[in-house]
Amino acid sequence: MNLTPELNYIREEIEGYARGYGLDFFRVIFEVLEFDEMNEIAAYGGYPTRYPHWRWGMEYDHLSKGYAYGLQKIYEMVINNDPCYAYLLHGNALVDQKIVMAHVFGHADFFKNNYWFSRTNRKMMDEIANHATRMNRHVSRYGQDRVESFVDQALSLENLIDYHAPFIKRKESMRVSDLEEQKEETPHARRLKSKPYMESFINPAEVLRAEEERIRETTRRRKRAFPEEPEKDVLYFLQEYAPLERWERDVLSIVREEAYYYAPQAQTKIMNEGWAAYWHSKIMTEKALTDDEIIDYADHHSGTLGAQPGSLNPYKVGIELFRDIEDRWNRGKFGKEYDECDDMESKRRWDKNLGLGREKIFEVRRVHNDVTFIDTFLTPEFVEAQKLFVYGYDKATGNYVILDRDFHGVKQKLLFTLTNCGQPHIEITDANHKNRGELYLVHRHEGIDLKHDWAQDTLKNLAAIWHRPVHLETIVEAKGKLISFDGSEITEEPIKPESEPAPQAPEQ
Amino acid sequence: MVRRIEKDATRFKHIVRSQIRKDLKKYISRGELIGRKGKNLVSIPLPQIDIPHFRYGIKERGGVGQGEGEAGAVIGSDAAGTGPGAGDQPGEHILEVDITLDELAELLGEELQLPNIQPRGASRIVAEKDKYSQIRRTGPESLRHFKRTYKEALKRQIASGTYDPANPIIIPIREDKRYRSWRTTYRPESNAVIIYMMDVSGSMGAEQKEMVRIEAFWIDTWLQHNYKNLERRHIVHDAAAKEVSEDIFYHIRESGGTRISSAYTLCNQLIDERYSPAAWNIYPFHFSDGDNWGSDDTQECVNLLRNSLLKKVNMFCYGQVKSAYGSGKFIKDLQEALGNEENLMMSEINDKEEIVDSIRTFLGKGK
Repeated sequence: MNLTPELNYIREEIEGYARGYGLDFFRVIFEVLEFDEMNEIAAYGGYPTRYPHWRWGMEYDHLSKGYAYGLQKIYEMVINNDPCYAYLLHGNALVDQKIVMAHVFGHADFFKNNYWFSRTNRKMMDEIANHATRMNRHVSRYGQDRVESFVDQALSLENLIDYHAPFIKRKESMRVSDLEEQKEETPHARRLKSKPYMESFINPAEVLRAEEERIRETTRRRKRAFPEEPEKDVLYFLQEYAPLERWERDVLSIVREEAYYYAPQAQTKIMNEGWAAYWHSKIMTEKALTDDEIIDYADHHSGTLGAQPGSLNPYKVGIELFRDIEDRWNRGKFGKEYDECDDMESKRRWDKNLGLGREKIFEVRRVHNDVTFIDTFLTPEFVEAQKLFVYGYDKATGNYVILDRDFHGVKQKLLFTLTNCGQPHIEITDANHKNRGELYLVHRHEGIDLKHDWAQDTLKNLAAIWHRPVHLETIVEAKGKLISFDGSEITEEPIKPESEPAPQAPEQ
Repeated sequence: MVRRIEKDATRFKHIVRSQIRKDLKKYISRGELIGRKGKNLVSIPLPQIDIPHFRYGIKERGGVGQGEGEAGAVIGSDAAGTGPGAGDQPGEHILEVDITLDELAELLGEELQLPNIQPRGASRIVAEKDKYSQIRRTGPESLRHFKRTYKEALKRQIASGTYDPANPIIIPIREDKRYRSWRTTYRPESNAVIIYMMDVSGSMGAEQKEMVRIEAFWIDTWLQHNYKNLERRHIVHDAAAKEVSEDIFYHIRESGGTRISSAYTLCNQLIDERYSPAAWNIYPFHFSDGDNWGSDDTQECVNLLRNSLLKKVNMFCYGQVKSAYGSGKFIKDLQEALGNEENLMMSEINDKEEIVDSIRTFLGKGK
């Protein structure tokens, strides 16, 4: 349903304010939906048409129940596309629709201008519909069960992508000069410094020869290594090299494309929501609110920003950090002089009347993602004011408990949960393991184990796609482990932790 | 309009059903569904439906939160199922699906191949029901059918030329008025009562009661599915019998001896007082560890069964759970004396794995 004349009038008003503040966005098309239509579109990840899959049904079931029991209600949804599509819930109070519109313009501006979204497909509406058409064709040709179970397998690997891949120039564009560089080089063993009369003792000839041989051997191996460098974009690798039927390859490419499309939203969750919340608050309180709407606005705004005890609300952290940055740059609380000031009181009162805040936050929204955002702008003062803490699981009591409130601890933990979108770092190091075409993956363990049963199940799915045995090198309870699946059973063998710096070419 | 998502939702339900069906025997023997029963729904944890990924375990991962509290303060626990901070991280809740008890019963029926129950004397037990399905010209104002009345008035006004489209006021007169009216229908009604009896003497331990409880849960589910109106009574006995509430039934523990006939007498009495066999389908279930106090009492039980109980009930089920103390003799005595009675079902339940078979024995006849 299109906007009613009244809503359309409001839209024009709010859009005017948004542009007036300097927000810059694609055309935004609003539609009004009933709650069940809203749930449907939300289950489809914001799109009206998706390929057939039970997982949407599961999500829909979940959302409908949440709505029926009054636990949750989706107020707003907006998708990154040109034009932007945004959905309003029919029956919401007018003031709610105003908040949502203001919020949506914030998101729309973020989508268009944030660097991490710059490589996303802006015609995704059409692309996703095309995916549905292609998938439906596969279903009618090969049967629902077959296609569905392959989609399940592919989806099981959907987080094995390289979040930076859209910005990397692909290897296909290798030039001739690259080939030149690959010319055989005579290996030189490094000599230790010595006086001439000591030379034969400090750098004995046989040791040098052995070392040269070793270098030659590693270069030889590296040249034969496949992939040449560890490949983090596992979906890409499978799509290119796994022995698949054409329709299967197509399914993989659909899953991969959609994973990359949604990736920036996961990478900028805090910033994106914070930015939108910042602007709905700005637009509403400075321009759009009428007197009688104040109470309802305050109620809903605080509802959105409220945090459950112990959980981190991206809206809250985002908006507060943007406001903090604006304030700091307005008052000049940055740079060498500020950093080196030791007096807390004068630091607190610091004000150079620079007025650079607004400009700064627009710059921040253009270049940062959550990781760099937190890394650059999180301050001890902010952590304290926002009462942030690190929590952990206490095995003895089965409780989650607060560990500490130390700035460095909080920052480190926060960065860790955001890095790689909180997904484990896993890459393919060898696709011809044991010279038998087996796939060897390494989990770059960063202190936290994988969810074990899921890791096994995922490995099975991977093997189904690779059609050869697969191995995952990881660490389980501080011990190196190689989990393997050969098509019939899972085996786990201890490996020495020294192999942690990835075997470029594992033992033959 | 059939919406697109319906197809996916149906597919999801189908997957859920087949997964539950696959694991049904496991659910039965573990009894984990009992605590998850709402009024009409059971919520079943189905983590195996979720698509697995390589990801961190939430417990090991920890995270950053916001709010008050000193170091060491508890912000959530496993037991309450409230992991903190998991709000926007997908896949960290255990997937639970709700299915109705009816659906669960259907799955049970399919999986154990239980025949539908043929209610005894269904045609004899008849209930009246009024259905407002008709229209009359007379009736009380409270039953006036507004739309029909309006239509009649409109027709009349158009026909008589008093209708003015520019000023479309419709005034019904008495002849226009229409009223809802009812028709009495007669439907065979099926009432049923389950009378659970359990030996709570010292030899019945917690494990034995757990088995009884699991079995009773599934019997309830199945009979509920078959009978619209189902009542349940609970009798416990040691040397003497008394009626108790369901809650007490599973938790009471006595230490006395065992006289099974006391329970059968009370059961018989209940039936005579409240549940006339002409109007009710009656299902007594008796669970004990097979110990009885002397052969005299066993003989009395046999007499009670043969002469009165078995004549009144659809079937009488005796389940003998194995305990370390029980002699397990009672089932043999019953077998000997009444082995060829058609509506006496007996089964031995040695461990939780055998509950499935026992349910099949009890409900497999379709009585």
